[in-house]
Amino acid sequence: MAARPELMDYDKALEMFEPVVGFEVHVELSTATKMFSDAPNEFGGEPNTNITPVDLGLPGSLPVVNGQAVKYAISLGLALGCSIAPTSRFARKNYFYPDLAKNYQISQSDEPIAFEGSVEVEMPDGTLFTVPVERAHMEEDAGKLTHVGGSTGRIQGAEYSLVDYNRAGVPLVEIVTHPIIGAEALAPELGAAYVETIRDIVRGLGISEARMERGNLRCDANISLRPRGQEKLGTRTETKNVNSFRAVERAIRYEIQRQAAILAKGGTITQETRHWHEDTGRTSAGRPKSDADDYRYFPEPDLLPVEPSLELIQELRAALPESPAVMRRRLKAQWGFTDLEFQDVKNAGLLTEIVETVAAGSTPASARKWWTGEIARLANAAEVDASSLVEPSQLAELIALIDSGELTDRLARQVLEGVIAGEGTPAEVVEKRGLKVVSDDGALIAAIDEALASQPDVLEKIRDGKVQAAGAVIGAVMKAMKGQADAARVRELVLERAQA
Amino acid sequence: MSEITREQVEHLAGLARIALTPDEIDKLTGELGHIVDSIAKVSEVANADVPATSHPIPLSNVFRDDVVGETLTQEQALAGAPEHDGTRFKVSAILGEEQ
Repeated sequence: MAARPELMDYDKALEMFEPVVGFEVHVELSTATKMFSDAPNEFGGEPNTNITPVDLGLPGSLPVVNGQAVKYAISLGLALGCSIAPTSRFARKNYFYPDLAKNYQISQSDEPIAFEGSVEVEMPDGTLFTVPVERAHMEEDAGKLTHVGGSTGRIQGAEYSLVDYNRAGVPLVEIVTHPIIGAEALAPELGAAYVETIRDIVRGLGISEARMERGNLRCDANISLRPRGQEKLGTRTETKNVNSFRAVERAIRYEIQRQAAILAKGGTITQETRHWHEDTGRTSAGRPKSDADDYRYFPEPDLLPVEPSLELIQELRAALPESPAVMRRRLKAQWGFTDLEFQDVKNAGLLTEIVETVAAGSTPASARKWWTGEIARLANAAEVDASSLVEPSQLAELIALIDSGELTDRLARQVLEGVIAGEGTPAEVVEKRGLKVVSDDGALIAAIDEALASQPDVLEKIRDGKVQAAGAVIGAVMKAMKGQADAARVRELVLERAQA
Repeated sequence: MSEITREQVEHLAGLARIALTPDEIDKLTGELGHIVDSIAKVSEVANADVPATSHPIPLSNVFRDDVVGETLTQEQALAGAPEHDGTRFKVSAILGEEQ
């Protein structure tokens, strides 16, 4: 491991240098089949089962474009405010790495399906920042390599690698921005907000699951610095493996501090890919940009040009959902949140989670309470995105159990922990851990009687108007029930008892 | 005359992982130069108003419906692999990395 690199104080770095960022975001499309073959678009299961001869590049096999993937790509291009190319072509990107069996990836080079658009990104303070989009192009995903041998499981020291091609050929759209200038000290926050906006757009379109922790949405962050007053852009690094909004923000901040320290000492930045390490909060040097980037692109001879008709483009444009900015205004009104509540939810990146939880049957207020409360707390402790912990549908199920009186908030927090730990659905966790509220009045009354036996003066006090005396009994009953009772119901029963 | 140099041919061969002998490099430098010259001649005739030909037959928009078809079994998929572990292809340790 290299020595810990020197970092410049963030504020000082910003005083001396202007940060310029840029993003390449890969979106996996949720089509039924792959980009160029009719194999199922599914991976993560039994290796090498969702593949056809095309995905293995076997001799004689020929790719055919998935029409649905093209429509999805056009819709995404339109949602990004891009022009749609009257003619776009596929190209071969040649490289030697066994994540694709063909020794090339089918991508698009100088004729992408969509080009020149922009995305309005809402910054944490509520202001809008316009991110210029250079292009969005179609390509295929690669297979998954597992490095075996060596002590770390990483590439260095591996004895051999195992390849699963289930993901090879999964349709991707890669969205590339122009260099983004002007975010200044908020460049890290802009990065996180941009990727979050892309996620909201593709989820709104219904064209991708867009879950960063599952790799449906992946971000490479380009970062460079230039001395204040200099026109020419500095040398950039490309940081990969930033797999959460939080990581995007941290990686940009780190690179700004690292590059500033080098430049301030008169050093130069090496143009290279860098890997983000979530555990250490650092980036490490990867491959230098060199010959390896000479991909010898050429037009894919096995595929024909894509020439979408104006009618198709108009049809897809008409079907676009509202933009995230319009959606936010609508949601705020519908949910009835205060400005502060809404801004908190938005800044926590939890709008989509609440939309989906509400769609699954919860009230906006209870969805907000859980996402920004207990789930956010657990996510912070684990240093992960809240959205990666629990599915909105699972939370909705949990909230329904609270609303029906089967769980108290306290029990629900335990159930939530179980769900996050992978013990199953909320109902299953309730069952396995035996966490149901004791709703049998008979059992509660028995416990109340027992508590009253040791505190005989309580009923008298209540009758004298000292209702708060019930607290001691309620506490004893809750203790006897190991917390699995509804305190409000116990209170009711105690008061009834006093009036009897 | 063409501007293809020996160095360019060596560079290309390196990228394509093809080992060439000095004789082959000489031969290919000449041949590739000839091809580039020929294409340059065609380019003189084809101005910007002549669109590039991507296919001998003018076709576009050939798409497939998004419907799942037949897949290989795991055994079939691995049948041609020089080495595998029963479920995955086995390849030698890779010095490069994801692109």
